[in-house]
This record gives sequence, structure tokens and C-alpha cells, in this order.
Amino acid sequence: MRGPGRHDVKEVSKPDSIKSSIKRLFAYISHEKIALFIVVICVILSSATALMGSYLLRPIVNTLSEDFMNIVKLSDTGEYDEAFRVCIVHLTSGIIKMVSVYAVGVIATYVQARIMINISQRAIRDIRNDLFDKIQSLPIRFFDERNTGEVMSRFTNDIDSVGEMLNNSITQVISGTITIVGTLALMLYTNWILTIITIVFIPLMLKAGATIAKRSRKFFRAQQAALGALNGYIEETVTGQKVVKVFCHESKVTEEFGTLNTDLRNKQIKAQFFGGIMGPVMGNLSQISYAVVGAIGGVLCVAGRFDIGGVTVFANFSRQFSRPINELSMQINTIFSALAGAERVFNILDMEPEMEDVKDAIDMNEMQVRGEVIFENVTFGYKPDKTVLKNLSLYAKPGQKIAFVGSTGAGKTTITNLLNRFYDIKEGVITIDGHDINDYSRDSLRQNIAMVLQDTHLFTGTVRENIRYGRLDATDEEVESAAKTASAHSFIMRLENGYDTMIEGDGDNLSQGQRQLLNIARAAISKAPILVLDEATSSVDTRTEKHIEHGMDRLMKSRTTFVIAHRLSTVRNANAIMVLENGEIIERGTHKELLSQKGRYYNLYTGMLELD
Amino acid sequence: MMVSMIMIGGSRALASSKRVKEVLNTDIDLNDDAVRERISNGQSAPEVKAGRIEFRDVSFRYYMNNKNNVLHNISFSVEPGEIVGIIGSTGSGKTSLVQLIPRLYDVCDGSVLVDGVDVRDYLLDDLRGSVAMVLQKNVLFSGSIEDNLRWGDENASMEDIKRVAAYAQADGFVSSFTDGYDTHIEQGGVNVSGGQKQRLCIARALLAHPKILILDDSTSAVDTATEAAIRSNFLKEIPDTTKIIIAQRISSVIDADKILVMNEGHIVGEGTHDELINNCETYQEIYYSQMDKEEAV
Repeated sequence: MRGPGRHDVKEVSKPDSIKSSIKRLFAYISHEKIALFIVVICVILSSATALMGSYLLRPIVNTLSEDFMNIVKLSDTGEYDEAFRVCIVHLTSGIIKMVSVYAVGVIATYVQARIMINISQRAIRDIRNDLFDKIQSLPIRFFDERNTGEVMSRFTNDIDSVGEMLNNSITQVISGTITIVGTLALMLYTNWILTIITIVFIPLMLKAGATIAKRSRKFFRAQQAALGALNGYIEETVTGQKVVKVFCHESKVTEEFGTLNTDLRNKQIKAQFFGGIMGPVMGNLSQISYAVVGAIGGVLCVAGRFDIGGVTVFANFSRQFSRPINELSMQINTIFSALAGAERVFNILDMEPEMEDVKDAIDMNEMQVRGEVIFENVTFGYKPDKTVLKNLSLYAKPGQKIAFVGSTGAGKTTITNLLNRFYDIKEGVITIDGHDINDYSRDSLRQNIAMVLQDTHLFTGTVRENIRYGRLDATDEEVESAAKTASAHSFIMRLENGYDTMIEGDGDNLSQGQRQLLNIARAAISKAPILVLDEATSSVDTRTEKHIEHGMDRLMKSRTTFVIAHRLSTVRNANAIMVLENGEIIERGTHKELLSQKGRYYNLYTGMLELD
Repeated sequence: MMVSMIMIGGSRALASSKRVKEVLNTDIDLNDDAVRERISNGQSAPEVKAGRIEFRDVSFRYYMNNKNNVLHNISFSVEPGEIVGIIGSTGSGKTSLVQLIPRLYDVCDGSVLVDGVDVRDYLLDDLRGSVAMVLQKNVLFSGSIEDNLRWGDENASMEDIKRVAAYAQADGFVSSFTDGYDTHIEQGGVNVSGGQKQRLCIARALLAHPKILILDDSTSAVDTATEAAIRSNFLKEIPDTTKIIIAQRISSVIDADKILVMNEGHIVGEGTHDELINNCETYQEIYYSQMDKEEAV
């Protein structure tokens, strides 16, 4: 049974979605037919042996009690030894019978558990694979609308609870059901009066269990919310440790944490309390029924209507009967939360992937891409009610450098998002070499556009591997020459292991600027004919930028380049500069032309000049 | 059955508790214990009053097992109220240098002095309370804008908050939000733009009324006109605060009282813009990489 933090008792799913979730989950294990078959056999075997053990007990106990009475009767006579020997024989054979029966049961349980774990782990692995693959195919919009934690919890919490369910609950449900049915049959066979008494207690137990479960669910939900709040707080303050220290907020932060922590503790106490009394309460109720059965059974025996063996066995039966009912009701929680988790996982699996390529999509890799890019009357918004680009048109000849400047939110990054088909436009058309970009296959389109974004995302791996990410089949020499182009070679050589230095996290062991240079090296190594530089050198100082200018020029030679920059020194030598404001191009021209216009560009630029 | 469950639970708990103990047993090697002891023995606690800074032959590296220093033999001094610009290539050590002032890290050799006292001889709270820093990576916490700004000073009045926000050119856009200063910032500060985040972080630092204000490339996402306004506010409203500005743009530091030019962990130039433009090769390179010689006419 998992610890407190893991119980995720969310809203109970509706009936038909339960059915479909179960069906889909089952699909993940249904191909393991032989293994499942063995498991079922073993479960039946272990439940059956438990039942048989109880059943066998009756004649053994009866025989032995007769033997004991004999021994007592004949204790003063010469037949004492004989009676004693008979008793020992019966005892021994009884023990052997019981041990062998239970041994079979134990082996069956072991086999079943081992196989079931394998089955469930394989199923989980398959679900994880499917989920991860699906995530790779989802459009960027999916990630914009959710925070990372939410998506991650699908992989961790939700899949974990599904795994737990597959591991335990299935076998428990099967064995529980068999045990209940079998025990009931045996009980009726043994003594129907006592059976009825036992059955009377069942609804009582179930009602008690349900009431407790309802109360505890409320508290579990509260506990989860408090846990989420606490975890969020921890994440924020640990990530922002420097800010906490700089503003001497350590004690305040500790205090706030203490409050959240205490709140969680209080909610946990309540949740665990109610979760915890479930067992003892149910247990006690079954003890009471046990006692009643014993008493009445004894009375029946004295009245001659029943035998000792029967009472012993029946007492066992009633235990055997109520225990699975207990466990089943406790399993219900696990099953429901697992199904809820499975539903959330399936939700993602059912999401619309990025739009499929059109039929007969052109493979851009098979043509000689010139790199002529045209935007015609493009209108677009991330949300339906908010337009970011209005009726935008621009024309880039192959090999030209087009620069976008403008204030934050004017639409510069959006333009490049559309070029890459991260989002699809509804109005207007974007063409490359005369074809609508929607007519190209998405993969080949993206392989032909290299992007250097402002946020660097370096992966755990060596420097070499990170640069090679730009083109997986690049040779080591190509990696090095790309690094030289980006002026990264010299600082890489100064690192501990040069190109084989491991990069930690998101490049924590490098400065912002160095990470950016690696990013640029990645673009340098790719052979894409279209290049997008989105604030690519914003973290790089202007002197280094000047040094890599030749390299950048080499990077941009014979590639159509779109540059977005705040820093005007970057855009100065573009073939055309577009000034964006509120999604519209308000000025366009070369640097000299725009300066002479004395418009917006002039104002932005002279912010620097006046101070000279 | 119970015993086996206890054993399973027990081994899990053991593994987890080992990891927790690792953290709890970590030595805190950057502390002010020595200072506290001296104070309890009767010495008075030093306070930062003027904001004079001095670096004496400072060398520094982040990891002890790394053979290369990040800063080599740094020496310079700053008078109270001065504006000092620090400029240099990527990875030249600018951020590493300023982080030594509020003791986010300790030096390996040499010493950093504030008002003539080694920073290790101040109580950490006193030192950090007088040195406000706007980091390169701007972090805002979930909460309202007002909550975030109050990190600078819990007890500031609303007028105070609005005033410093105006210095940082942030009051304008905050007032344009429907909820104004009550606007909620999402985790990680995603619902404000980069430039807005930077300005809020500057306002937060200003609210602390520090003696020393350090700005690490804090106006990179802000356009030049707004940046110029912020700088003139600094000159006008907080003339007594020592200001250290790390920047990429020459325009940000061109009228500083003193500019430090850094390269690969060394200071390769120190002086005013006019002095450096004639004497310092690195500075010249930076300058000309940003200015078009012809346009200057």
C-alpha cells in the first residue's frame, strides 16, 4: 500500500468512460495470452487450495477430537497406547495433507505474482512509449496551453497508479471473487443457519466501508491540493534561490513554507485517519460476526445438530469470507484512481496530432531549394479573438537577409513560428519556392529551415553531441568547423574535456553567451537553405558578435535569412528591414532608406546616436 | 504479512531518509558565524553606510576542483555614489565579479571590502540588506505584482512602491493592467513580457533603498529610449547610491563615472569613456562593433 502522498482520489469517472478505460487498459495486456492464462490458473489454484484447506480441516478435526476423547476414555486401560498411536497417525496424516495443500497454494501465489508483475511492467512500458511518442507529435499549441508540471504528472503519478492497479488489483479482484463464491458455497454446504447469520453482517460492513470511504475521499482531495501547493512553493523558491538570498528573504520563505507545511500536515492527519480506520473498523465487524458464529455454532453442537469440526471450519470460513470483501472495498479506491489516471493518459493519446501532411506532400529534400519566401496577406492569431498579424505581406529573394524590428509583442517571433508550421494560418498564404508551405511534408519543411532561438535548449550530453543535434550525420570535423564559425571553438577548448565535456542540465556550467554560441554552431552545421535567427545574439556581447560576424556572414551566405533583433547593430546590413508594430509592417526598406525617412526606425536607432 | 510489509516500507524509508540526511548534513560553508560570535562577545556589528567598494587582488573560481580561475587578481575601487559600468565579452567574468559583493559566493584569494570592511565581517542580513542586485535571469514569484515588489521592503507604502516603479519605468504598464498592482503573476512570471519583467525586478531592487545597486544586464530586453529614461531617473533620484551596471551596450555605460573593461577574467581597462576610447583596445573593439563610424557624423 503506497504512502500518503500517492493516493490521488479524484472525481469518480462516469460509468461508460470506466468501461472504455478498462477496455483500453486491457488491450495493453491482452496480447500476453499465455502468461495471463497461467496467472488465472494460478489464482484459481491458490484460491481453491485455500478453500480446500478449510474444507479438509473439518474431517481432520472431527477425527482428531474423537481420537482425543478415546485417549481420555482409555487412559487407564491397556488400549491407551494403541489409541495414542492411532491419534498420532491421524495427526501426522492430517498435517501432511494440510501442508501439501497449502504448499501448492503458496507456490501458485508466488508464480502468479511474479508473472503478473512482469505483465504489468511490460504494459506500463508500452503505455509510456505510446504517451511519449504521442507527445512528440502534438502541436506546439498543446504545450502552450498546459504547464510542464501537468504534462509531467501524466508520466509519473498517473502511470504509476495504473501500474499499481495492474500489479495488484487485478489478481486481488479475481482471487477475491473466487474466494467469496467458493466460500459461500462451502458455507451453505456445511450449515445454512450459520451462513445466514454471517451474510447478515455483510451489508453492515459494506455500509460502514462506504461511509468511511466517502468521508476520506473528501480529505484525500484536500490533502492532494495542499501537497500540490507545497510542492509548487518548493519548486519556485529553490529555482529562485539567488533572489531569495539577495533580498534576505530566507526567514520569510521558511516561515511561509512552515505555514503550508502545517496546513498539509493537518489535512494529512485527517485523510490518513479516515483512511486508516477503514481496516480496523471492517476487521472489528468481522470479528463480531466470528464471535457470534462461534457462539451459535457451539450451541448447535451441544444440541447435537452440528459437529466440532464443522464449527471450526465454519469459523474459518467466515473469516475467509469477510477478508476478501474488506480487501475488495479497499481496492476500489486504488482501482478508481488508477482509472482516473488512465483516463487522463488516454485523453492525451486521443489528442489531435499536428495536422497530417496533405496527400502527395512534396518532399522538400528532393528539390533544389532556392529559398524564395513569400508571405501574402497573412492574418493570424494564437487565440481566435486576438489577431497578432494583420494582412502581412513580404517577399524575400533567395539568399537575402530580412530583418524584423519592433517592440515586444509586435509579431516578430510569430512570423517565424508560422514559417515553420508550428501553427497553421487560416487566412493568407505562405510560399517557399512558389509552393504553399502546406503542400510540403512537415518533416522535410522543418529540415530545411534552421532556427536559432533566444532560449537555448541544450541537452544532457557532450558539447559535440549537442552541436551535432543540428545534423545527426555530421562528422567530427564538421562539428569543429561549425564551432569555429560560431566562435565557440576557443572556449570549448578551454573547457575541462574540450568537445567531450558533459553539459549539465540546460548548460548550467556555461554562461548564457556561451550557450548561445553553441546554439549558433548547431545552426551552422545544418545545411538548411533557410535560416531564422530570433534574438540569436541577444546574450552575446557586441564584441564577440563582431568577431563572429564573419562567421555569421558565412552562415548566412546563400541562405535566405530572417533575423529578429533588438540590437540594431545586428540588422544594419540586412537587404530589407521590416519595422513591425501591432502585427503590421509600418516601414520597410534598407537601413539608409529608413534613416532618411525619419520615422519609427529612425527613432529607435537614434536612441543610440544622440548619446554620442 | 504485516512483517513483510513493514520490511518493504522500511527499506524504502531507509533509502529516502539517506537522501534527506545528505542534505541536512551538508556543511554551510558560507556563513556569518564568526561575525555573530564576535558580536556576542561585545563587538559592535559593522553597518554599510556609504557604499564604497574595493576589490583587493581577488581571484575566484566556482569549483574547487577546477584548475582554472574565473577571476584573476582583480583590483579596483568605487567611491560612494559613483556609477560604474562593467563591459566585456561573453564569459569574461562580469557576473562572477559582482556576485562576490553580496557574498553569493566567497572569494578564493584576496578580499572584497565594503566601506573598508571585508564583506566576510558583516552579518549577512546587514550586508545583503544594503546591496540590492538585479540578476541576469529575472525571477518573479507567483503572487501579485505588489507582493513581488514588496520583496524589496515589506513595509513600504503604496506611494513608495509606485514611486520606485516609476523610476524603473514600470508604473506605466502596471497601471495599464486592469488589476494594476494586484495583477497576479503566474508561476515563473509567464504573463508579463521579458522587458516588463526586467523593469519589475529593477523596481523591486530599488524599493530596498540599497546603498549599493547592482544591475546585471538588466535592460537587455528594454529598448534604448526606456533605458535612457531609467538611467536619468537613477541620476536624479538616487544620486547617493553606488550603482554598478553590467551591460552589453556601450550606450548603457557611456556616461558612467568609471568603466571597467573585462576580458577572460582580467580587468583590461579602467577609466572614463573618453580615456578608454583612446587607450583600451578591447574597449575600442566593443565600441566600433556597435557604432557605425560614418553614422556618428
